[in-house]
Amino acid sequence: MADIGKNLSPGTGRRKGSSIGAALNNFPEINLIFIIAAVWIILSFLTKSWNTWGNIRAILMSFSIEGIVVIAMTIMLIVGGFDLSVGSVMALTMILAGKFFLSGVNPWLASVLAIIIAGCVGAVIGFFVTKVGLNFLITTLAVMVTARGLCYVITKGTPLSLFELPASFKFIGQGRISEIPFVIILFAAIVIFSDFMLRKSSVLRKVIYTGSNEKAAILSGINTSRVKFIVCVLTSTLAGFAGILYMAKFGGATAQFGTGLEITAISAAIIGGASLSGGKGTVLGAVLGVAFLQIITGAMVMLNVNPYWQDFIRGLILLAAVTLDHIRQSRRRVI
Amino acid sequence: MTEEIVLNVKNIEKSFTGTKALKGVEFSLRKGEIHALVGENGAGKTTLMNVISGVFKPDAGEIYINGKKVEINSPYEAQKYNISFVHQEIALCDTVTVAENIFMPAINQSKSFTVNYKKLNAMAKEILKPLADIRPDKLVSDLSMSHHQIIEIARALSLNCKILILDEPTSALSESESKALFKILHELKSRGIGIIYISHRMGEVFSECDRVTVLRDGNYLGTYDIKDVDRREIVNKMVGREIDDTYPQKLKDMQMTREVIFEVEDFTGKKFRNISFKLFKGEVLGIAGLIGSGRSELAQAICGFSQVKKGKVIYKGKEVKLNAPSDSIKKGIVYLTEDRKIDGLFLDLSIMQNISAMDIPKISGKVIINSRLEENQASQYVKTFNIKSRALNQSVRSLSGGNQQKVLFSKILSVNPKIIFLDEPTRGIDVGAKAEIYKLIRELAGEGIGIIFISSELPEIVGMSDRVIVMHEGEKSGEITGEDINEKKIIHLASGIVKN
Repeated sequence: MADIGKNLSPGTGRRKGSSIGAALNNFPEINLIFIIAAVWIILSFLTKSWNTWGNIRAILMSFSIEGIVVIAMTIMLIVGGFDLSVGSVMALTMILAGKFFLSGVNPWLASVLAIIIAGCVGAVIGFFVTKVGLNFLITTLAVMVTARGLCYVITKGTPLSLFELPASFKFIGQGRISEIPFVIILFAAIVIFSDFMLRKSSVLRKVIYTGSNEKAAILSGINTSRVKFIVCVLTSTLAGFAGILYMAKFGGATAQFGTGLEITAISAAIIGGASLSGGKGTVLGAVLGVAFLQIITGAMVMLNVNPYWQDFIRGLILLAAVTLDHIRQSRRRVI
Repeated sequence: MTEEIVLNVKNIEKSFTGTKALKGVEFSLRKGEIHALVGENGAGKTTLMNVISGVFKPDAGEIYINGKKVEINSPYEAQKYNISFVHQEIALCDTVTVAENIFMPAINQSKSFTVNYKKLNAMAKEILKPLADIRPDKLVSDLSMSHHQIIEIARALSLNCKILILDEPTSALSESESKALFKILHELKSRGIGIIYISHRMGEVFSECDRVTVLRDGNYLGTYDIKDVDRREIVNKMVGREIDDTYPQKLKDMQMTREVIFEVEDFTGKKFRNISFKLFKGEVLGIAGLIGSGRSELAQAICGFSQVKKGKVIYKGKEVKLNAPSDSIKKGIVYLTEDRKIDGLFLDLSIMQNISAMDIPKISGKVIINSRLEENQASQYVKTFNIKSRALNQSVRSLSGGNQQKVLFSKILSVNPKIIFLDEPTRGIDVGAKAEIYKLIRELAGEGIGIIFISSELPEIVGMSDRVIVMHEGEKSGEITGEDINEKKIIHLASGIVKN
């Protein structure tokens, strides 16, 4: 910056925050960690089998694949959008990969092809949002229904049975490396990688700028349409990838798989600190959010809560999460 | 002017989570006076008004209305005491008519199931007649900013207000619109309404107000009759130190070069036609004109933010095509927006992230951001511009207006610009920060950076510019240089009375 402003008086801008309050502000996930710990302790008293390795592994397993979609949704929320179609894009990917495999294509190739198609679905969403100028709600709602419709058209409503999948392929969904399920290791790797990228990569920094204030981002020379387009493709691709993992895990694919995933993903992301108004969210928050939801679900199973009540409770949690987000936003505005 | 006191507040104290915003503030308002309330940003002006209008409850202190002690617990109760607060950010419903906006509180409280629009429009007409020529059945979205202000005032009148609070009403208005507003205020004053007037513009305070109260850092520094004090005294009280109220030294004749560093030829877009000008090395070129004269649109179009029908930009002797902000930024031609909160800053992001936004490659390798580079860049700007902050990762929202503006300057300077368009660079910031920004602009010009300075505040244009282009309804109505630059001449050109 050369020596612009050299005659101005010397600065008082200190570099590091000092108070504990500032530290808490810099680490908003801490609240959620406390809540999860509290729920965990209560549950260990309520059910004897809660603290067993079997149960912990089951909980980790159950959110590892879903967690990939939650991370994608968090990035989507950061850019200022959301994607309702993740569940049906996931199902479509499973069904396409399954169909390709059944018609004789190598399962790995079939999966890659299906994931590419999922990415193309994301590109369609991106096109309508950035080029046509529709909003995320209506575009992804339409794609959600369309993709689900395709699933039924392709399968004619009957589930695909894929027990013929080779063991090497099934490994990615079912395998273990010395007691630890492979999906957990894979998820951990994705978490670490995406956290690093969100902090450090220039592309994801542009995502943050775009979601925080799109107009300012445009004036700063950022091509926000392209940024949003990339995020749309990324979200659908990751949803498709999660679908392939589920296919390997269950050895099958059904047209209605993943129904309601969008609700879980958005709830988890918002519980984890992402905001519907964009610009905010962390990978750690996403992981904690999905972990929290899974613990609640696991607890409901363990405590024999009637399954009909489970959706009801999930709905309430979503409402509570969005209300919390709203309160956080409005409090910020007052300051 | 009578001496009857309609509002008297004593010893008001108010804290927000640890910081004392008001420390024993006094204020009194007479019937039929315009009472200016001045102070730097963060001095407590708006907080005091929020206490008076029932938005905040004071921690201590008393409020008397017409000599009776009262407690005002909500804006609704303030309405009952005939207090109306016209906020800085206008809150009107865009999609309904003027009359419906004016009588929103009345419709809200009405017991009747239906609204009599004929009567409503007639009543609105009655209130608006002395104020301005606005049709009550027009949609608010079709009106200008200044008319929005008038509708807010009309709403206050519909509530039979006796105490009217205006928070920086002229910051978004042009010179002539401000004049019109003051005409209205004087009319209200003659009806016996007491007006509290918050402003950063000293010119207005001294030409239009009767008394002035100064606050600094939540302290009450005194109330004065305007005729008994001078401008310098008030400014020094506000800032708490001797301030160099004058503008930095302009270029002397001998320093003027004829070296053209930037040129615009025959620029025509939606809101401006056939604009040509040259920018010489080392000078500050002012662009004056009323709001809506196309100044901002011109600057934005030059920087590639919007389509142009025809016209050339010549930079470094060659014609350049700037079709998007990224094109102009790459060439070192940058635009400092007039509204930092809307399209300038990322309010919820940190100071550091805001400063980096314009040139991400500078702080990153091919794909990965180098945190040390980013921190160094930010701390350097925080230091040189004296940005008052707790930490580099503090959100920009929590900074004062002046410090936010300095962050915005840091952001555009981070790309080492060669040509800078400054659109209202001192809007809504306090006197001290203004002086710093003027100085900075002069320094930048001195380093050979081309400065185009757009402002609605005439004293500022006159004080800063070596040359001024005046626009009127999208056309260049004149150009003035050196000694000829004065407010009168600019007003004449800006209002289209004369052309040169």
